[in-house]
Amino acid sequence: MKEEVLSDEKIIEVQNLSKQFKEIRAVDNLSLNVYKGDVFGFLGPNGAGKSTTIRMLLSLIKPSGGNIKLFGKSLKENRIEILKKIGAIVEKPDFYGYMTAYKNMEILGKISGSNISKKRIMEMLELVGLHKRYKSKVKTFSHGMKQRLGLAQALLHEPDLIILDEPTTGLDPQGMKEIRDLIIYLSKEKKKTIFLSSHILYEVELVANRMVIIDKGYAKVEGNVSDLLNSNKLKVTFEVDEIEKAKLLINDTSWMKMLDSIVGNKLIFLLEPGEISFLNKLFVENNILVSAVIPTRSLEEYFLSITETVSK
Amino acid sequence: MIGLINIELYKIFRKWRTYIGFIAIAVLVSVIQVAMLVEGQRSINFMTHNLQQSFILVGNLLNGYLVSHLILNTLVIHIPFLITLVAGDLLAGEATSGTYRMLITRPVSRINIVTSKFLAGIIYTCMIIFFLAIFSLGLGLSIFGSGDLLVVQNGTIIVFSKNDVLWRFLLAYCFSSLGMGVVASLAFLFSSLVENAIGPIISTMAIIIIFIIISGINIEIFRAIKPYLFTNYMNGWRLFFDDPIDIKEIIKDSLILLGHIFLFFGSAALIFQKKDILS
Repeated sequence: MKEEVLSDEKIIEVQNLSKQFKEIRAVDNLSLNVYKGDVFGFLGPNGAGKSTTIRMLLSLIKPSGGNIKLFGKSLKENRIEILKKIGAIVEKPDFYGYMTAYKNMEILGKISGSNISKKRIMEMLELVGLHKRYKSKVKTFSHGMKQRLGLAQALLHEPDLIILDEPTTGLDPQGMKEIRDLIIYLSKEKKKTIFLSSHILYEVELVANRMVIIDKGYAKVEGNVSDLLNSNKLKVTFEVDEIEKAKLLINDTSWMKMLDSIVGNKLIFLLEPGEISFLNKLFVENNILVSAVIPTRSLEEYFLSITETVSK
Repeated sequence: MIGLINIELYKIFRKWRTYIGFIAIAVLVSVIQVAMLVEGQRSINFMTHNLQQSFILVGNLLNGYLVSHLILNTLVIHIPFLITLVAGDLLAGEATSGTYRMLITRPVSRINIVTSKFLAGIIYTCMIIFFLAIFSLGLGLSIFGSGDLLVVQNGTIIVFSKNDVLWRFLLAYCFSSLGMGVVASLAFLFSSLVENAIGPIISTMAIIIIFIIISGINIEIFRAIKPYLFTNYMNGWRLFFDDPIDIKEIIKDSLILLGHIFLFFGSAALIFQKKDILS
């Protein structure tokens, strides 16, 4: 997981944002803050209002209520100035299929009003691994290649804020990893602020430092990913060589109360994060070889618990 | 803005449908020219049958100007369809292909986007008419040669000297561009409302066909609404082949057509400004 970024400069400031589509309230009084340097996870189940929020952040749709400030300025009044600093992928990236990858990039650069050089375009295509296909028409590209081209166009004008709406949708595991690595690279090396919407939860867990979980259009939880994950007990699996000896060791101790289940030579405990090392030490000091300690308490479980609570 | 218009023109001319209009005009003009080469003299004799009983007609009556006038008369009804193929796709096409999102998240105002698209559509429309002019006059004059133009205007036969014709054609083509501009604007307006180009094409053609039919039926109730139908003014190019030319009527018709263009474009721009991009 990405290390915490300490900055009090707000890049995205959303207050009481709402969007009503006839009878449907897609976003309901949503408030969130994204700080400079954040990789901000924007989580929620399908239909939670993630894409609608992103479309409002990019002025694709107009809010029914509330305020959006980006880089400290009102989006409504400073749209063009703000959009110069943003690169985005909104849902699946679509391009002019009858043009080449290079021409698409060139046109998007020109529309942005930036003087984007051929070198810059080729650099971005190389970054996403499409430089050898720059002369190919986009209609010949696979979904994964279009996703990568989407990233390239988002980065073309060197934006400070990158908004990625489900950037790994439809990608194979290798493609997903590449996108994750790229996000980490952009955050750590290029110091970009990244707003990442996803329903692939472990993806957020791996790259984000802060997050919000939304459901039915409103924010349920916002905070540091590590704090949110550590706010409840973790499910930790200890794989040991001598299961009977381990069981005997913890019998009649307070650890027994924390034991959730035993599967083969695996003891599964419900622990506070700080307790893991103590239990590990106990096993090791009693000559029980611990071959693996696997914390299974994931964002996914946390996410489900949050959204299920909301549903109930 | 010029950069944006260039991009829009590039997009227009990278699509196959754009060339359908040029190909159709080339084919139709060629077919009419060949037909006139075969049957033209007989048609001229039929047209001037009564006149020949009182006058002796000399010179080349079946000439490039006459054929071009005939073509303009015929094709100006069909060209709207070719215009809507492109104009109806200008905004709706972006929605269909999903490229609206990338376009509108760029740091450019929506009014600039919609205006550049509209102007590109108008340029395309003018190019179609220009192509018609060049192809029709060029081919006509090279096949049939030059000569005086014989025109039947409001039941009267008017003969224009060959030296007095070319400027009338040029202005007639300019006026036709204005008329086709209204068609393009209407298709553009419909294009701003939907997310599929088929709807604007069919809707625009339906309106034009209905208006032309209503204009053509000479009964009291239709006569009353005729002045409110823009198609009624699209044939104003014929006024340039009148003697004397009714300048006031031409100005009036031009202003009405221009008013329609501004009305349709203004509505499209307003809709586009307020539109939620959900595609």
